Amino acid sequence: MPVNLPLSRPDFIEVENFSFHYGEKRAIFDISMKIPENQVTALIGPSGCGKSTLLRNINRMNDLIEGVRHEGDIRIGGTSLYDPSVEVISLRKRVGMVFQKYNPFAKSIYENVIFSLRVAGRSKRSLLDETVERALKSAALWDEVKDRLHDSAFGLSGGQQQRLCIARAIANQPEILLMDEPCAALDPLATLKIEELITRLKSQYTIVIVTHNMEQATRCSDRTAFLYMGKLAEYGETVQIFENPSNPETEAYITGRFS
Amino acid sequence: MQSGSPKTKTPFATTGRSRKGEPWIWLTAAGLALGVAMALGLFLLILFKGAASFWPGRIDLMEVSIDGKTELIAGYVTQETERRDGARKVHEEIQVFRGNKDLNGEAFKYIDRANILKSTRPESILLVERLEFGPAIVNGVAVETPQGRIEVGKHGFSDALKTMLQQGADSRVRLLKIERKKIGAISRELEALGRAKRSQSVASNIAADRRKVLQRDFDRLQAEAAEIRAETAKSKFVGVAADGREIVVQSGSLLGFFESNRAGFFGRVGEMRHRIWKFLKDDPREANTEGGVFPAIFGTVIMTLVMSLFVTPFGVIAAIYLREYASQGLFVRIVRICVNNLAGVPSIVFGVFGLAFFVYFVGGYVDQTLFSDKLPTPTYGTPGIFWASLTLALLTLPVVIVATEEALSAVPRGVREAALACGASKWQAIQRIVLPASLPGILTGVILAMARGAGEVAPLMLVGVVKLAPSLPIDDIAPYIHPERKFMHLGFHIYDLGFQSPDAEAAKPIVYATALLLIVVVVTLNLTAILIRNRLKKRFAVSSF
Ligand SMILES: Nc1ncnc2c1ncn2[C@@H]1O[C@H](COP(=O)(O)OP(=O)(O)O)[C@@H](O)[C@H]1O
Ligand SMILES: [Mg+2]
Repeated sequence: MPVNLPLSRPDFIEVENFSFHYGEKRAIFDISMKIPENQVTALIGPSGCGKSTLLRNINRMNDLIEGVRHEGDIRIGGTSLYDPSVEVISLRKRVGMVFQKYNPFAKSIYENVIFSLRVAGRSKRSLLDETVERALKSAALWDEVKDRLHDSAFGLSGGQQQRLCIARAIANQPEILLMDEPCAALDPLATLKIEELITRLKSQYTIVIVTHNMEQATRCSDRTAFLYMGKLAEYGETVQIFENPSNPETEAYITGRFS
Repeated sequence: MQSGSPKTKTPFATTGRSRKGEPWIWLTAAGLALGVAMALGLFLLILFKGAASFWPGRIDLMEVSIDGKTELIAGYVTQETERRDGARKVHEEIQVFRGNKDLNGEAFKYIDRANILKSTRPESILLVERLEFGPAIVNGVAVETPQGRIEVGKHGFSDALKTMLQQGADSRVRLLKIERKKIGAISRELEALGRAKRSQSVASNIAADRRKVLQRDFDRLQAEAAEIRAETAKSKFVGVAADGREIVVQSGSLLGFFESNRAGFFGRVGEMRHRIWKFLKDDPREANTEGGVFPAIFGTVIMTLVMSLFVTPFGVIAAIYLREYASQGLFVRIVRICVNNLAGVPSIVFGVFGLAFFVYFVGGYVDQTLFSDKLPTPTYGTPGIFWASLTLALLTLPVVIVATEEALSAVPRGVREAALACGASKWQAIQRIVLPASLPGILTGVILAMARGAGEVAPLMLVGVVKLAPSLPIDDIAPYIHPERKFMHLGFHIYDLGFQSPDAEAAKPIVYATALLLIVVVVTLNLTAILIRNRLKKRFAVSSF
């Protein structure tokens, strides 16, 4: 029986004494955590506690904002993201991202999925066709759209558009998939579909997901990190965090005593 | 329960306080209404006057007593005014277009209504369109051909007239071909020979031989043209004006007839369509007061298109740099302010700049490097349509830059981030995602620029517009596209007719018609661009706006 456990590194993503500043404002205070490979790690915490900031540093999306500054380090598979030899573009090819508000491009479904291949300069027809089918199947969207691949992506429902964004993010086979509240703009049924999808995808991808939905965190994550005011308040197995939180703030948050 | 208030009030009654400000709503509405009314009034005036100038009226034959003598005058009433004389007595005065400029010198006559003794509308009166002296208003007398003279009313008169019209049209086409094309080609070659001789690139004996051959062709063609002219002079139409004087029109200059008083409603509509068509497709005649405006339409459209061709890429590239790449500091703010102020610079200043920089500096340089054999005759070192287009491109650049910047910043951040997260470089994200999404907005800017550029006249007067251009900037003479040529423009045409024309009264209807046409051309150009934009909008529709 093929087991992928030996391949699963427990410290695939290492965050080490990481702090982050937006100009004068410090959003993250000295966070250290290890995120294991091929598992789902959920980031939870009240609004403004720095979940998105931490997530967006894993593919250096925050570099684009002017006046930002960081301390400490983030490593993927042992390589520092801030190593001068690391190119942001090739990093982002290894780390896919799905956003809170589904944001397909004003293109056909087909072109949306293969966008990452197009910008990488890959244009072999057979490869593109294969990729579209594989990615859409992984994103559980293939059966719904296979007859209208060349229609505009905007013709899809919200849930379908978000799954299309997931397909787009995994089309170029990244190792890591970052999801920033992927279900925030979706109805419960679409949310359920995405959750199923996440559970299926974790055998192939290391998934880090930000969520505000406690049930979602319990349903689909293996590990949970609770962030509070820019600090890592608690981090561990999801079961342990939700059933036996050691931090009083964590307990208050997950039992809904504050939002 | 109403709390202690003596008067019972409905709980949500509008109170004086919440009504405050409502008069202002009315004020804003009134402002809008005023603006709309003014724009509409302007448009309707031009539409009405412009269309009316094509409508064929009835010709009145009037017996008028002037200084004790009785005179017969035939013509259209074009205007009615009231005038007070020294004794404060009111005179109703009419302005009559009686044509026949060759007899009267003036095509218009002012008549006091009180002096009209009798007025009729005889059906036999003809309006004769001719190449020179404007229309003639006469009674037909006879047609003279080499085969003989046929009096009006005799059998075969109208057939002979028709044949003559056809012959005249044919001979004009033949003359045009000989004079403009063949003789033109010979004189161009002669010119080139002269230059070659000066630069000694051709042996002088060969040049002299060729020159002889060309000269012989030239003489032959001239003789041919003279023959055609003599031929057309043999057939003529003879008419008699209201005052009894005879008017003879040779077949070569005979353009058409219209029986104004005999034609029914549909006949007049047909004549109107015919006139509009001729106005659109003919070259101007007689100091632009007669004939059509085709070269001006052509010049306006070509100039506007070439301008858009230049302003779009430059404006878009500049805006991309400003919005996407330059760090948004003090410097960029200053540049942006400068760009915005550029839009406020009086357009004539751009004309001066275009003349000094494009025409004299760049054009002079081009002449020295590429056309030095033609110097001192300038090729590009003189105003022309290319420089005019560039000058207007510069003038409209701020419009495109501002619109493009707006469009770029309206692209949702999420879409950009999605592109970057897929491993696109910044340029790839801009080129593949941001630009397509902002294309409709960019096109809106181009549309505004076109509207502004097409209506601009002042700078053009310095950089290439002329009252009468001998040939179009694109024609059938190699190399077919002549960006160095001077051109005609509808806006300038209006100015020229209205204020520079020797016969301002005669030009008045054409001024309105040309103004209407300018509006139509600009609106058509804009509608085309809007249509393209809407197509693109559908294609690149962005989800979140
Ligand atoms: N682009 C930015 N510029 C300045 N401050 C920011 C920016 N983005 C986020 N912040 C601040 O950083 C803190 C963390 O934000 P974020 O990571 O978005 O929180 P979360 O995703 O947990 O709700 C917040 O206080 C927020 O105001
Ligand atoms: Mg967030």
